[in-house]
Amino acid sequence: MRRLRAAGFWLLVAAILLFCLFPFYYALMSSLRPPAELFRPALLPGQWTLANYRAVFAQQPFGRNIVNSVLVAGSVVALSLLVGTLAAYALARLRFRGRGALLAAILAVSMFPQVAILSGMFELIRALGLYNRLPGLTLSYLVFTLPFTIWILTTFMRELPRELEEAALIDGAGAWQTLALVLAPLVAPAMVTAGLLAFIAAWNEFLFALTFTLTDTERTVPVAIALMSGASQYELPWGNLMAASVIVTLPLVALVLVFQRRIVAGLTAGAVKG
Amino acid sequence: MVGRARTAWLFLAPSLTLLVLVAGWPLARTVSFGFTDAALGDPSWHWIGFENYLANYGGRQYGLLADPVWWHAVWNTLRFAVLSVGLETLLGVVIALVLSAEFPGRAWVRAAVLVPWAVPTIVSAKMWSWMLNDQFGIVNHVLLSLGLISQPLAWTAEPGLAMASVIMVDVWKTTPFVTLLALAALQLVPKECREAARIDGAGPVREFFSVTLPIIRPALVVAIVFRALDALRVFDIVYVLTSNSTDTMSMSVFSRQQLIDFQDVGYGSAAATLLFVIVALAVALVLTAGRVRLTEEGVLR
Repeated sequence: MRRLRAAGFWLLVAAILLFCLFPFYYALMSSLRPPAELFRPALLPGQWTLANYRAVFAQQPFGRNIVNSVLVAGSVVALSLLVGTLAAYALARLRFRGRGALLAAILAVSMFPQVAILSGMFELIRALGLYNRLPGLTLSYLVFTLPFTIWILTTFMRELPRELEEAALIDGAGAWQTLALVLAPLVAPAMVTAGLLAFIAAWNEFLFALTFTLTDTERTVPVAIALMSGASQYELPWGNLMAASVIVTLPLVALVLVFQRRIVAGLTAGAVKG
Repeated sequence: MVGRARTAWLFLAPSLTLLVLVAGWPLARTVSFGFTDAALGDPSWHWIGFENYLANYGGRQYGLLADPVWWHAVWNTLRFAVLSVGLETLLGVVIALVLSAEFPGRAWVRAAVLVPWAVPTIVSAKMWSWMLNDQFGIVNHVLLSLGLISQPLAWTAEPGLAMASVIMVDVWKTTPFVTLLALAALQLVPKECREAARIDGAGPVREFFSVTLPIIRPALVVAIVFRALDALRVFDIVYVLTSNSTDTMSMSVFSRQQLIDFQDVGYGSAAATLLFVIVALAVALVLTAGRVRLTEEGVLR
């Protein structure tokens, strides 16, 4: 009976692993097979090749797309952290009227359906001359990264002991100095968390990137992958697609595995408290 | 202290300015576009009141509220939300229960569970459309060789199957999120409680429902709220898996199609406004029903 239960347990673990990992494994294997082999499903390539990877970069400006994604995600992270830390300091450590309502309003923005601001944002981006340009994407991504950055940083900053600031105050430090010299180093882990989540969100974003860019060279990676096409509409270059998918996913998987704890802490911030 | 309040607003100013610029203003513009006949690339437009929503010409009804495609998109979104969030919660809790047991290699399995969450939505949709490919996909291949189906299925093209495929991909992609929150919550369940239940003769099922579930319930509610909000505005998965097909079209896909593909900014904005109202109502409903208090202390205490 005991043995049967143990066997059942391991079977369950195996099923979970298969469920979570198989699609990625299959994409990886498909990307390593010569295109002609793809018409016959198999778990391992009959012949290993990197031809698909070379083709992805040769047939479209995929390298440029990756640079675009890195630039947009990087600038979104930098801006959200910079501006968000200032706001979080005020929301967590300073007393003023309307603080609760403001925090609720900021949280409400993160629940906006992106489509609800699509036409207004489109107009704004064109008016600013940012259509089909990367800064347009950076600006529009702030609508979802800034609220949760503020939220995570506020949650973490509130946990810090009051005495820290009082000591700084007695030493004659102003608000700026207190934030920059005393609090910021302490919330650095939370900044890593918020930054990672903002990076992932910006790296994966699709709707704005699809709508606010026009030319191949200005696209970010998700749009490039979604619009990758073959000789005809019915003949998608699956080998190339899987190679591109693996290229954009590997860094993310690595990030998530390395920073597992930090990311979990961010996702559960405010959600799970005793 | 007056000085402190002033400092606070000074620190808040950059964030608030940005949020008004990228959230408040565009939302206000979208809502007002909804009352016009504006078109993409056409600078002239007129106020037309509620005609995008409902108009009556010669005894016939026009506008969103009389548009069967819109109502189908609403229905698609709702069934997508209910089914995907339901399945994700169920699977997420089951996986979390398995992973909360102590076993060798647990850290590795926990890491593996995060992989689908790390895969970009677009990529997971593409990976799955390859596996679900009607001619060369491995899913049909396996089902055929097991004799479960007699001919290949068009997973993403057949009306009856397309929504199931979309839901399946979403469940794969986001179950880890629920698992994570459930795992974190499970750590709050005191070992003594579970042991006491065991000693009192409760089986694992009974133990789960009368000891574990009540403790992890608040965290689950939060996970469900976040997932449901995401599901109501679903765009990426549907767009990549099934393009603009009306069988699976969500409210977001509908309004983007009107806005960009049909260049009907007025009509598309009206649809986007309705989606916004629906999401806002859902938030209000869940917050009251789930007794989750939105206080300055956090979403939940």
